[in-house]
Amino acid sequence: MQFGIFTVGDVTTDPTTGRTPSEAERIKAMVAIALKAEEVGLDVFATGEHHNPPFVPSSPTTMLGYIAARTERLILSTATTLITTNDPVKIAEDYAMLQHLADGRVDLVLGRGNTGPVYPWFGQDIRQGIPLAVENYHLLHRLWREDVVDWEGRFRTPLQGFTSTPRPLDGVPPFVWHGSIRSPEIAEQAAYYGDGFFANNIFWPKEHYIRLINLYRRRFEHYGHGTADEAIVGLGGQVFMRKNSQDAVREFRPYFDNAPVYGHGPSLEEFTEQTPLTVGSPQQVIDRTLKFREYFGDYQRQLFLMDHAGLPLKTVLEQLDILGEEVVPVLRKEFAARRPAGVPDAPTHASLREAAARTATDTAKEQR
Amino acid sequence: MTRTRIAVVSAGLSVPSSTRLLADRLAEAAQRSLRERGADPVVDVIELRDHARDLANNLLTGFPAGELKTALDTVVTADGLIAVTPVFNASYSGLFKTFFDVVEADALSGMPVLLGATGGSARHSLVLEHAMRPMFAYLRSIVVPTAVYAASEDWGGAGDASGGLADRIDRAAGELAGLAVGSGRSSRPDPYDEPTPFLDLLGGN
Repeated sequence: MQFGIFTVGDVTTDPTTGRTPSEAERIKAMVAIALKAEEVGLDVFATGEHHNPPFVPSSPTTMLGYIAARTERLILSTATTLITTNDPVKIAEDYAMLQHLADGRVDLVLGRGNTGPVYPWFGQDIRQGIPLAVENYHLLHRLWREDVVDWEGRFRTPLQGFTSTPRPLDGVPPFVWHGSIRSPEIAEQAAYYGDGFFANNIFWPKEHYIRLINLYRRRFEHYGHGTADEAIVGLGGQVFMRKNSQDAVREFRPYFDNAPVYGHGPSLEEFTEQTPLTVGSPQQVIDRTLKFREYFGDYQRQLFLMDHAGLPLKTVLEQLDILGEEVVPVLRKEFAARRPAGVPDAPTHASLREAAARTATDTAKEQR
Repeated sequence: MTRTRIAVVSAGLSVPSSTRLLADRLAEAAQRSLRERGADPVVDVIELRDHARDLANNLLTGFPAGELKTALDTVVTADGLIAVTPVFNASYSGLFKTFFDVVEADALSGMPVLLGATGGSARHSLVLEHAMRPMFAYLRSIVVPTAVYAASEDWGGAGDASGGLADRIDRAAGELAGLAVGSGRSSRPDPYDEPTPFLDLLGGN
């Protein structure tokens, strides 16, 4: 099982000091957080993609390429890459390039994006969100698997004899997860291709994600990619920890109360009860995270949101120390102990390359 | 007998409230009318006051917590809806609007709806036509022709040439029952149980 962090990349005033970091500080902080993730033994760093203030990460492959050069093991991912408003041709090129530079340590989570004006800024219409996600990904999928593509669709200019370069590393496209908060169509899409499904698991009660993930698992099996238990599921999560849970609550409350997303609404106590947010001791985070498995089934990737709502970098790095030293080692052990045989790991470049080689050998044998 | 589920949304704030009183009268009349049509009516009443805090939170967080989720599910999966609000400042109350603001897009499309409103004087009765009916038209609900306004005086009045409150209630409830009995809405498949197959989503590509 993979553990990691995902970042939204918001520039938010620290409500306890009134200080707002500059864009430069925030961008460098995101990099520092990614490097720390590798240092403390996490597996994945994923960045958001946004095209409006107060968010900085508009150019994920630039950032991930830089991080790739400064890390050895960390898998570089996104949360999410906008499949609706980005040109799928550019996604194919950018992430294949990143894949080469990072020696295959790359995958993507695709999402639609819910910021209305971003669609017209990029020449699209939010009411076409689902059809855009479906058509654009279908093209992306082909661009990574067919050397020469002829294409005609509703949303971009046709392609005749187009080759997306560079070709994916070792002929193996990056693994793709489809992220959705509320659309059964996206769970269906992930199942159809046998791709992963990522539930951000932050903003809504678990019952909601259970329905989406169960739909994805059932349809994954329907489309012949394996049993429902073998479907590839990733989950988000949101935690704040201190040795004593009272200290965690006291320190995090002003950030929660003023957070752009949920501030001035439900109390911290209500929100932790209603959603997977956990504010408390490392043990509480371990217990709560292990529960995810009971709700959603055995899953492959757990990402935590750690740096948001104006938390200072120093605090975030301390959180990552706790996560890497006290939480994740226990979670690795406990998840492994509970995991039935036959539940696959999250695909990596190495595993996908081996699978492709096996398929090629089988095909060659059949032809002989 | 066909089971027919009627959801009643009442935005009255006081206890007891004349809005709830009107909602109950409309629900009783709808049940009578449904039984006459051979249906087996079930009525669920939702008092928006009970969900006031969750409604405000839903505006901010984007999700309905706990009981509010149940209430929303009850409403959108009903065969017919009775929606009743007090008149505030020449329109529906803010609480009433907030509830319908957090209903998922398209969830009330095709829903048979009976509108009711209450106020201190009959001068506000066109709120039914100028505020409520357009909102439900936007939601693509099917609003029955008769909407029922009850002013304070109606609760004691004998009515006029066009009939009293009781007559209006019966007429409106009959119209709702006629649409709800065959709606089939409450037995529709859940999109999470039966998703649109991917090749249909993909279309011609």
